[in-house]
Amino acid sequence: MIPALGNFITEWAGWPEALDVLLLQNYNTRLVVLSTTLLGIASGIIGSFLLLRKRSLMGDALSHACLPGIGLAFIILVAFGGEGKYLPGLLLGALVTGLLGVGMVIAVRNTTRLKDDAAMGVVLSVFFGLGIAIMGLLQKMPGASAAGLEHFIYGKAASMVLSDFGFILTITVIVIAVSMLFLKEFVLLCFDDSFAATSGWSVTLLDMILLLLVAAITVVGLQAVGLILIIAFLITPAAAARFWTDDLRGMLVWAGILGGLSGWIGASVSALLPNLPAGSLIVLVGSGLFLFSMIFGNARGILKRYWKHLKLKRKVGRQHLLRSVFEIIEAELRGESREPVNMAVSVDRLQKHRTWTPKRLHHLIKAASKEDHIESFDAHTLRLSEAGFGEAARTTRNHRLWELYLISYADIAPSHVDRDADSVEHILNPDMVRELEARLLQKESSLAIPRSPHQIEEKGVTP
Amino acid sequence: MSWYTIDTWIVIVGVLCAISCALPGCYLLLRQMSMMGDAISHAVLPGLAIAFMVTGSRSSIGMFIGAAVVGVLTAVFTQWISSWGKVDRGASMGIVFTTLFALGLLLIVQAADHVDLDPGCVLYGAIEMTPLDVFTSFTVAGVAIDIPRAAIVLLGVLLLNLIIILAFFKELKIAAFDPELATSLGINAQWMHYLLMTLVAITTVAAFEAVGSIIVIAMLIVPAAIAYLLTDRLWVMLVISAVFAALSAVLGHVSAIGLPHLFGMESTTTSGMMAVVLGVFFIIVWLVSPRQGLLRRQIFGKTVASKEDLMHE
Repeated sequence: MIPALGNFITEWAGWPEALDVLLLQNYNTRLVVLSTTLLGIASGIIGSFLLLRKRSLMGDALSHACLPGIGLAFIILVAFGGEGKYLPGLLLGALVTGLLGVGMVIAVRNTTRLKDDAAMGVVLSVFFGLGIAIMGLLQKMPGASAAGLEHFIYGKAASMVLSDFGFILTITVIVIAVSMLFLKEFVLLCFDDSFAATSGWSVTLLDMILLLLVAAITVVGLQAVGLILIIAFLITPAAAARFWTDDLRGMLVWAGILGGLSGWIGASVSALLPNLPAGSLIVLVGSGLFLFSMIFGNARGILKRYWKHLKLKRKVGRQHLLRSVFEIIEAELRGESREPVNMAVSVDRLQKHRTWTPKRLHHLIKAASKEDHIESFDAHTLRLSEAGFGEAARTTRNHRLWELYLISYADIAPSHVDRDADSVEHILNPDMVRELEARLLQKESSLAIPRSPHQIEEKGVTP
Repeated sequence: MSWYTIDTWIVIVGVLCAISCALPGCYLLLRQMSMMGDAISHAVLPGLAIAFMVTGSRSSIGMFIGAAVVGVLTAVFTQWISSWGKVDRGASMGIVFTTLFALGLLLIVQAADHVDLDPGCVLYGAIEMTPLDVFTSFTVAGVAIDIPRAAIVLLGVLLLNLIIILAFFKELKIAAFDPELATSLGINAQWMHYLLMTLVAITTVAAFEAVGSIIVIAMLIVPAAIAYLLTDRLWVMLVISAVFAALSAVLGHVSAIGLPHLFGMESTTTSGMMAVVLGVFFIIVWLVSPRQGLLRRQIFGKTVASKEDLMHE
């Protein structure tokens, strides 16, 4: 490990040069970094559709199936007396066998009892084997040097020249333009393919267009990232983007940004450390961005979701406390048939009401006092503040409204409704409450707090 | 085309490798986890690379332990990303194995100066070189026999696979078809899952030197897929897959050294041709399988049996 690390450090050219490469000031690496960045943007966008369509691994079968095409194209080019390593020709070959591979996956899946995964495994490994066999032949082919073709396997961004750049740029722009053109259709395809079908679009046709775009990006990316790891370019930025946004358009933008970033940083690092495989560096940068997004993403990241969960838990706890106080007051005053008013309740009774542990109840009461919901509290009694009592009444009302709604419209038995209502009421927003009121208005004569539709039992006390 | 002792050894190594892979491959296929085989075979690379760097040799028991650990980790990481990050399972698998593969590749390139390893061989192995690494030699009736180390290792892994499959035949079968039933019968389906992942990882490592990390997917999945199109019985499926695997190794090497002569060329990569032969077998069976084949379906209409049929033997 140590000597290897030493190697790594001696290759490093220093920060000033690194900055030159990153800022596209270095003439030699500018094209490479720029085209890899573009490629990252385009594959992020296309990859998002692929991910939402749950076809991510199809890209893997496709890229592996490109290998025999490259070899065959080389043979054909040489046989017709051309330059064997003419990039568009080789990539056309890759495209043909890549699409043939995808076609085989679909055919095997549709005509045998083998599933998607097995069909992909068969196609990708057999096509790759064929490619390796053809490459093995080429190495010993008389009169033509096939050296350099193996770069398509691992990717060698540094081997790009100006004409390659023009080619990559053209394809990338076309792919982005076509995906924007079909944006609405692709969104339908991803979220509701049966609806896409009823609105006049053939799902098969849309899938074909999507796969064609994926194939185009894969083939163009072979040179920079290589066919083994190009799949990461399609999956990772798209998956990372979902942690930053809940909206599909936002996801496309984020995936483009994250894909572009991994291309940009990865290709720059690889330009600075030319002995290391470019594809690996690009993939590792992308994986780093993914990990960062998964933890810190501000829409669905782990921290964010944990925080939301905590917040909801606090809210639920507070609402349970307030409602319990209200229900106890209600029970106290039932005999006197008076409307509930704010009064002190026994802490002991409160604790039994929801089977709280004393510690948990104490914690909840402390949290509620921070919100100014508690007026006074000692070892035996607890009295809500005016604000707290208002909130308690509102919470109880929401709970009962929701219970009534579930009983009337969702056919839930009154004896079970408490628990079901409990799981939803805490996320009711004012609009939903109004909607509930509107619906229940026809049933209930008053909009005051409805009576509980079930017996409120004191848990912890055996009935 | 001429045949030497070395060719015999290449075929023997190929046959052992193909059969060792085909057996766990059947279970991967039935559990619809073929791509997990793909993922694990990529992901063991950093484990191998680190083992190479630490021990400086390719023949350590630590290598197998490391690979088994990384193989199980692949399954675990995939599980984490898909459950914590709520990412589609296929995609999380893709993220995990590309990351680990990229890391492994980086380590191997870095270590290339210190350890004898070629990034090309990572993908398709060097089965042609395996007979050169002799484990032991002895003389029978005046003829010297040099047994390659790869043959011994693969034989060991084949026996291990056979023993585990025979010992846990019922458990693996029920866990493969109906994890819930397995649990209700007192079989720990989760445990069987990781047992299978460990077997796949160990087999992948053993096969790595011969066929590399991508051709090995052909060895794992294609014989199983062929057998699945031919039978509804699990043990028959295991036997058929082993037979096709062995045939592919023999024909693969023969065609690798023989076929190119027809075009006036020398020879090509054996592991690549083994995959191609398997592909040809697959296409033939796909067309003419007595119950599942395309031809049969054309004539008699659909007769697709569900996988539950395999349960009733």
